[in-house]
Amino acid sequence: MSIAKAQKTYTHLLEVNGLKTYFKTDAGIVKAVDGISFTLDQGETLGIVGESGSGKSVTNLSIMRLIQSPPGKIVDGEILFEGEDILKLSESELRHIRGNEISMIFQDPMTSLNPFLRISTQMIETIRLHQDVTRKEALAKSIEMLKLVGIPAAEERIHNYPHQFSGGMRQRVMIAMALSCEAKILIADEPTTALDVTIQAQILELIQDLSKKLNTAVILITHDLGVVAGMCDTVCVMYAGKIVEKAKTHDLYAKPSHPYTFGLIQSVPRLDKAQDGKLFSIEGQPPNVIDLPPCCPFHPRCHKVMDICRTQYPPTKDLGNGHEVSCWLFADKKEHSHE
Amino acid sequence: MTKYIIRRLLGIIPTLLVIITISFFIVRVAPGGPFDGERALPEVVKRNIEAKYHMNDPLIVQYGRYMFDVLRGDLGPSYRYKDHDVNFYIFQSLPNSMILGVIAISISILFGITSGMLAAVRQNTWVDYLSMALAVIGISVPLFVIGPVLQYIFAMKLQWLPTSGWFTAGGGIKTIILPALTLAFADFATIARLTRSSMLETLRSDYIRTAKAKGMKSSAIIFKHSMKGAMLPIVSYLGPAFAGIITGSVVVEQVFRIPGLGKFFVQSSFNRDYTLIVGVVIVYSVILVIMNFIVDIVYSLLDPRITYK
Repeated sequence: MSIAKAQKTYTHLLEVNGLKTYFKTDAGIVKAVDGISFTLDQGETLGIVGESGSGKSVTNLSIMRLIQSPPGKIVDGEILFEGEDILKLSESELRHIRGNEISMIFQDPMTSLNPFLRISTQMIETIRLHQDVTRKEALAKSIEMLKLVGIPAAEERIHNYPHQFSGGMRQRVMIAMALSCEAKILIADEPTTALDVTIQAQILELIQDLSKKLNTAVILITHDLGVVAGMCDTVCVMYAGKIVEKAKTHDLYAKPSHPYTFGLIQSVPRLDKAQDGKLFSIEGQPPNVIDLPPCCPFHPRCHKVMDICRTQYPPTKDLGNGHEVSCWLFADKKEHSHE
Repeated sequence: MTKYIIRRLLGIIPTLLVIITISFFIVRVAPGGPFDGERALPEVVKRNIEAKYHMNDPLIVQYGRYMFDVLRGDLGPSYRYKDHDVNFYIFQSLPNSMILGVIAISISILFGITSGMLAAVRQNTWVDYLSMALAVIGISVPLFVIGPVLQYIFAMKLQWLPTSGWFTAGGGIKTIILPALTLAFADFATIARLTRSSMLETLRSDYIRTAKAKGMKSSAIIFKHSMKGAMLPIVSYLGPAFAGIITGSVVVEQVFRIPGLGKFFVQSSFNRDYTLIVGVVIVYSVILVIMNFIVDIVYSLLDPRITYK
């Protein structure tokens, strides 16, 4: 398999094309992720931003094929990792990718480590799943990783149980574990949401440093635009299961094009501008994604709403330099009116 | 940990003293007495009997005397059976109930955990439906129905096993099978349901998702990552269940004619046989208290977050 793989040529490390992940519920079909596409290259850091329920986590669980089925199902699209479609892999091929090529850290470090097993057990088993090493070598490697993420007295602490660590330390352990097999992609699903603000910066810095050092591509899921600005090369803004805007981080902040992105950036408090009392907020609630009609899902909350927004989903328009936006403000209306 | 164990063991003593005291008085509150029959005894006879058992003394004196005897390990004479004392009846029947109970609970643990796990891992498949259907039968059909049905099938129709009897009474070792299966049924059902729900909950937890994301095989996830957590509720159920099952079941003993302890729980109460009632209560309490103690220890072995000081 490895020989066949080496011969394959690919342009992107990870390429997601038209991914659709739906959930069947009693109330109807939830289109949690509805036709999204993006690419990720080696060493790149991609941010995925959006409100709760916008499909950020589902996107990444889909990449790992960790969607609970039933009720969830990846109904369409392809996820090409090094040119090979993850969605077509067998269970054993998939296990080779999980934790080895693509690994993941989760939102809540308090519950993501197994409370019944020592850290050493959990780390050693991860390494030995993917590498042909002895327990001793795996232990040495684990200790080395723990030192790398800044756990003091790693030789002793590795034999502790998760509950003997603080939240920030546990997230460090998660990162150490996720990177112990030199994964090519690290998916960080809101890695700092459950942590103290002071710890958040440390953890993000750690992810950034390590990804540079190990040349790991990172997908960072967050709802914090400040985090994105500091860390990511590229940003995807998700809304109701769709990517509404995608751009280089600098471009996104310089000229946010989608009214939603604009609103998000406006609602971040800024230190360098005088505050005139009230912070900007986007009115209304994110839409219910059950049986969504073919419209722009953001139109009820949009301050630039037009008639066409209520009946058709806008096409994606490339504004140059990889800056893509899905909004009728930028689309050529005549071109699509016959659809 | 050692300190904790010693403290817990010492704690058993006052617990038992309280239980004995409460049962001693509570049985005497019930109307009637051990010597009341259909026909009232002549006054003289009654007084003589009461004098023999010191029942004319003030209650507090009787209590003091009884406690003194109990502390020496003597549970006193039975007020109803004149041949032997309470110690004899208990030590004669308890081993039978224990053998039957241990076999029965082992069967129910083995099959309960297995089918509960299978049901959880293969949720919403025929495996799940089958084991949960069995569990519902086990919970809802009473032992006095299951027992005779098994007797009818395996003893009467197939003639594989004896209908009743007990190996100490010369019935052969085969006599244990049917009563053990019958007795196992109810606990099997509860254990299967507990295991299923607890396993399902564990499998949905974040750390199992982490294990999957690490690329672990599902068999390794189930046995290495889920078992310990999923077993906690079963362990706490097993403590009292074990105490209950090894002290005998009056129904199973009746259906299969087994000389066990269970019948004394019912008979002694009917007879107002004060010493025998308190005697079986003491036996049950001792076993229950010890079981709860073992459950706590097993808990701390399973879950590293629990430490005793």
